[in-house]
Amino acid sequence: MARMLPEPTPETRHFWEGCRDGELRLQRCTECKHSYFPPRDFCPKCASRDVEVYKASGKGILYSYVINHRPRPDMGTEPYAIAVVQLNEGPRMMTNIVGCPQTPEALVLDMPMQVHFAKQTDDISLPLFEPAKG
Amino acid sequence: MKPKSVAVVGAAETTRLGKIPDVSVIGLHADAALNAMKDAGLKPSDIDGVATAGISPVELAHYLGITPTYADGTSVGGCSFMLHVRHAAAAINEGLCKTVLITHGESGRSRVGAGGFGRAPSSLMGQFEMPYGVTSPPTMFTIPVLRYMKTYGVTEADLANVAVIQREWAAKNPRASFKDPITVDDVLNSPMIAWPFRMLMCCLVTDGGGALILTSAERAKDFPQKPVYILGTGESVETPMVSQMEDFTSSKAFRVSGKKAFEESGIKHADVDHLMIYDAFAHLPLYGLEDLGFVKPGEAKDFINERNTAIGGKLPLNTNGGGLSYMHSGMYGMYALQESVRQMRGTAAAQIEGAKVSVAHGVGGMFAASGTVIFSNEA
Repeated sequence: MARMLPEPTPETRHFWEGCRDGELRLQRCTECKHSYFPPRDFCPKCASRDVEVYKASGKGILYSYVINHRPRPDMGTEPYAIAVVQLNEGPRMMTNIVGCPQTPEALVLDMPMQVHFAKQTDDISLPLFEPAKG
Repeated sequence: MKPKSVAVVGAAETTRLGKIPDVSVIGLHADAALNAMKDAGLKPSDIDGVATAGISPVELAHYLGITPTYADGTSVGGCSFMLHVRHAAAAINEGLCKTVLITHGESGRSRVGAGGFGRAPSSLMGQFEMPYGVTSPPTMFTIPVLRYMKTYGVTEADLANVAVIQREWAAKNPRASFKDPITVDDVLNSPMIAWPFRMLMCCLVTDGGGALILTSAERAKDFPQKPVYILGTGESVETPMVSQMEDFTSSKAFRVSGKKAFEESGIKHADVDHLMIYDAFAHLPLYGLEDLGFVKPGEAKDFINERNTAIGGKLPLNTNGGGLSYMHSGMYGMYALQESVRQMRGTAAAQIEGAKVSVAHGVGGMFAASGTVIFSNEA
């Protein structure tokens, strides 16, 4: 069963193109400097339309998660973590954790994480996260 | 609104609750509506305002033969009915209509005539949450909880005890789905759903409905039932994606809605005799007690563990057994309102003697929205 995938819109296309090209792209207000996610073409803090896309570090911490013991059919048969990472730039995003057992013992809140792009199709790569190396 | 200017004069649930495979969604709305109209001594031709969620108010009005001058289709999840009460009170005071019918019906378990639970892949949730394997509410509503637990030292046993105490209330209620006593160990040994949440920390999935009828306090005196007055109301919304809530340890929508309702009512927390906090999952009463201001952040687990919300406690909470043990069709807010009305009428299965003020606090979506209604049985 094919994994449920996002369908980009004009406002989010830069994000998904970035993932495809191996870059985690966030947006920042050029006036108030606020970094934000999910994508939109104005600043949700000050409503300025003067915003820019930039390449984020791809680093953050494990902020919260659950381990789903009743997998969605397109996600395989084993329990998996549905996590939220807090990026170093400020915004939080939902993701899955790879390169690590999907257990409470291995998944410790506040552990450093780094992005790992998982190619799904020619257009879509998902920004997953793995424990930071070094 | 002016406190006590509008009252509930009709209130009822569907004739049956639980497993109702022979009635569709619209049929559940109608059954609840007919029961509430009978309770109020009204016919459809007496109703000039309609409000509902899940189905359109157009479907409701046409199905029941109502010609309204006021229609509210606010649909923000399970607390929609709290918002409907709030909007209806404003509409009645503004003269848009005189008598508003609010209905809920949901075939949560049997799925008769029910729509699907999905999001378009181009929606924000479809792009930024669905790809990561979220399924139904047990894998979304629960996302912030580990952060809350770490921040305040809350344990799995603390979550389990919420379900244990609510089961004690459910045991007093003949209409509750689950009435047998459970222990913390029972909860902690129940099947894992989405760690740290086990089955007995999650709500039921059942069929049912409920309806309310509101009119002005002035007209309410002429109805057969004891009027239940609206003291204050609040509402707010935060985010369609739980991963984007501002603070994982507290709901902004709860705080804004609760504050507004208390300010409007003019009462203090100490005046509250009875409380309903929408409990789709065991963590919601913890967040609710803190965000409504009954206790300080982090204090809710001890407040519950010390049995303040249990039978005989100073703040009886979720006295029908709640979504964890009474019933949960999907949009549970209507049942919280019904229990508040029963407590104010003095007809609840687990009646709090002498209760004069009741607060019903609801959540919509996954911490997406909130509505609060404060009731009184004194004119």
